[in-house]
Amino acid sequence: MIKHRLFWPLCVLAGLLLFNLIYSPDFFSIKMRDGHLYGSLIDILNFGSPLILVAIGMTLVIATSGIDLSVGSVVAITGAMACLSISRSADQNALMTILIAVASALLLSALLGLWNGLLVAGFGIQPIIATLILMVAGRGIAQLITNGQIITVLSPKYQYIGAGSLFTLPFSIFIVAVMFAVASLLTRKTALGLFIESVGCKPTASRLAGIRSRTVMLAVYMFCGLCAGMAGLILSSNVSSADGNNAGLWYELDAILAVVIGGTSLNGGRFYLTGTLIGALIIQTLTTTIYMVGVPPEITLVVKAVVVLAVCLVQSDKFRGLLRGRGGRGKAGNYPANREVNPHA
Amino acid sequence: MLKRQYVPLFVTVGLFVLLFAAGSFRYTGFFSLQVLMNLLIDNSFLLIAAVGMTFVIVSGGIDLSVGSMIALTTMISASLLQQGWPPYIVIPLVLSLGILFGTTLGAMIHYFNIQPFIATLAGMFLARGLCYVISIHTITIDNAFYTTMAQTKIRLPGNTFVSFSVIIALLVVALGIYMAHYTRFGRNTYAVGGNEQSALLMGLPVARTKIMVYGFSGLCSSLAGVVFTFYMLSGYGLHASGMELDVIAAVVIGGTLLTGGVGFVVGTFFGVMIQGVIQTIISFEGTLSSWWTRIVIGVLLLLFILLQKLLGERRLAERS
Repeated sequence: MIKHRLFWPLCVLAGLLLFNLIYSPDFFSIKMRDGHLYGSLIDILNFGSPLILVAIGMTLVIATSGIDLSVGSVVAITGAMACLSISRSADQNALMTILIAVASALLLSALLGLWNGLLVAGFGIQPIIATLILMVAGRGIAQLITNGQIITVLSPKYQYIGAGSLFTLPFSIFIVAVMFAVASLLTRKTALGLFIESVGCKPTASRLAGIRSRTVMLAVYMFCGLCAGMAGLILSSNVSSADGNNAGLWYELDAILAVVIGGTSLNGGRFYLTGTLIGALIIQTLTTTIYMVGVPPEITLVVKAVVVLAVCLVQSDKFRGLLRGRGGRGKAGNYPANREVNPHA
Repeated sequence: MLKRQYVPLFVTVGLFVLLFAAGSFRYTGFFSLQVLMNLLIDNSFLLIAAVGMTFVIVSGGIDLSVGSMIALTTMISASLLQQGWPPYIVIPLVLSLGILFGTTLGAMIHYFNIQPFIATLAGMFLARGLCYVISIHTITIDNAFYTTMAQTKIRLPGNTFVSFSVIIALLVVALGIYMAHYTRFGRNTYAVGGNEQSALLMGLPVARTKIMVYGFSGLCSSLAGVVFTFYMLSGYGLHASGMELDVIAAVVIGGTLLTGGVGFVVGTFFGVMIQGVIQTIISFEGTLSSWWTRIVIGVLLLLFILLQKLLGERRLAERS
C-alpha cells in the first residue's frame, strides 16, 4: 500500500486535517444555516475550486511535457471580459445577459488556449516560453479590458456561479465535479489519455505511430485555457468584480505545485488527475490552516517554498539514493557518458 | 558576410535605434542625450539582473527567483539599516547572501536533477515569503550613504548627468562581456548550454560551471537589489514583483537563445534599453496607459522568438 502513488499525498492531507482537528476541535463540524451547509471543510472545497479547475487543465498540459504559465493571466482576462459585458448591459441581472457574458468569456479563454497551443504545436516553441508571452501580455490585456479599474457588477444571477449554492452545497463544487468527471472519463475511458501520454513521451514517435500529436497538443492547451476561464468566472463572480491586475496572481505557480504534489512528473508522459485533485486540496488546506492557526498569512509563501522543495527532492532519484545511503549514485551514474542529463524545462 | 548568429543581435540594435528615432520624430524633447541617460538611470537594476540571467539562459537554465531576490535584498538592507547597521557591513552581507542563495539553487539543480524552472520557482516563493517574514510594511531608508547614492548626480559633458547606479550597471555589463567572451568560465558556460553531455565528455567542469552560473545570477540580483534600494530608498515585499519576466524578456529580445548555448551580454544591454524606450514613448504619449508596455513587450517577445526559430531552422537545414 505504501507503494501506491496516492499514499503520500493522502498522508499529507490527512496529517493536515488531523492537525486542524487537534488545534480547533470544531474544524470538522458542518452546520446547516438558511438551507446552506457551513463549515471549514466546505470552505476549503469552495475556495479551492478555482485552483482545482486550473490544476486539472495544467495536469493534461504537463502530461504532454509542456507547461502553461499563462493560466493566471487567462483567469484575469476572462473575469474582466465577463464583468465588462455584464456591466455594459442595461439589465445586469437578465439571464440572457449572464449567459452571453459567460459563453463569450469561455470562448475567449478557449481561444487563448488555442493560441498557446498553436505556438507550441504549430511553431514548435518551447512551452515555457510560448506561454510566457501570454503571461506577460495577458495582464496588460486584462487591464486594457477593465481600463485599469476594478469593474464591479451588480448581478445576483452572475454571483450565483461563485457564491450560490445547489443542494445546500456551493455551486462551484458542482462545476469542479463536472469538469473533473469529464476530464477523467475522456482520458481514462477513451484512448485520449493514452494519446496524451504518448505525445508527452515522444511527439515524433507518436506521430509516426499514427497519433495526430499536434491536434492532441492543441486540444490539451485549449482545454487548459477553458479550465482557467472557468476559474476566472468563479473568482470574479465570487467577489462580483474583476481586477485585471490581481485576479489570478500566482495561480500558475499554485497549479503547477498541485500537479507536482499529485505525483505527475514535470517530464511528461504520465499524469494522475486524482493526484492533482489531492494536491490542490493540500494547498488549499495548508492555506486555510495557516490562516486558522493565526500565523501571519505572509508565511504561506515560505511554507509553499519548503513544500515545493521537499516534493522535488523526494521525486529526485539521486536524493532518494542518498537517503538510502548509496552516496547518491545510481547504477548508471559512474560513467559520464551514461549519466542522464536533465533537459531544461 | 554577416555571420548568422549575429543577426538577432543586429535586429535588436536596429530596433532600438528605430524606436528611438521614431520617438524623436514624434515627440519634441525626446531626442536628447539626457533621455538616453534616463533610460540607463531608470533601468540600471534591470540591467544588472539581466546580465546574470544571460549567463543562466546561455547555460541552458532559467532563474525565476530574480525579482524576489531583489525584493528580499531591499527588505534586508532596509531593516538592518534601520537597526543602525553601517552600510559597509550591510552591502557586502546582502551580496554574499545573494551568492549563497544562487549557489544553493544551482547545487540543487545540478546534484538532484531538479528542473531549473522548479528549483528557482521554489527560490522565488522562499525569497518573497522571507520578505514578508521580515515585515509586511514598507521600511523607509534615511541612511546618509544611501540618500547620497540616490541623489548624487554625476555631471557629464553635454549638460547631462547619470547616477552612481548607472556606473555600477555599466561596470557589471563590462564585466559580463569580459566573463562571457574572454574567460574560461564563459567558454564553459557556452559549452554546457550548447550540449551538456558533450561538455561532460570533453572533461569540462560541468558541475562547477552550472553552480557558478546560478551563484553569479544570485550575486547580480542582490546587486540589482542594492541598486534598487538606492533608487527607491525603501524596502518592501512587493518591490520588483514580476521583474523576472521583464529580465527574461530583455535577455530574449537581446538575441539569447532560450535553448542555451547562444547569446550576447551586449544584446541583453540593448534588450533592456528597448524596454526602456517603449516605456519612455508610452510616458511621452501620455494617453496610452502603462499596461500597453506589457502588451508591447509580449508582442516583441513573440517576434524575437519567431525570428530565432526561423534562423535556427535555416541553420539546421544548411547543416543537413
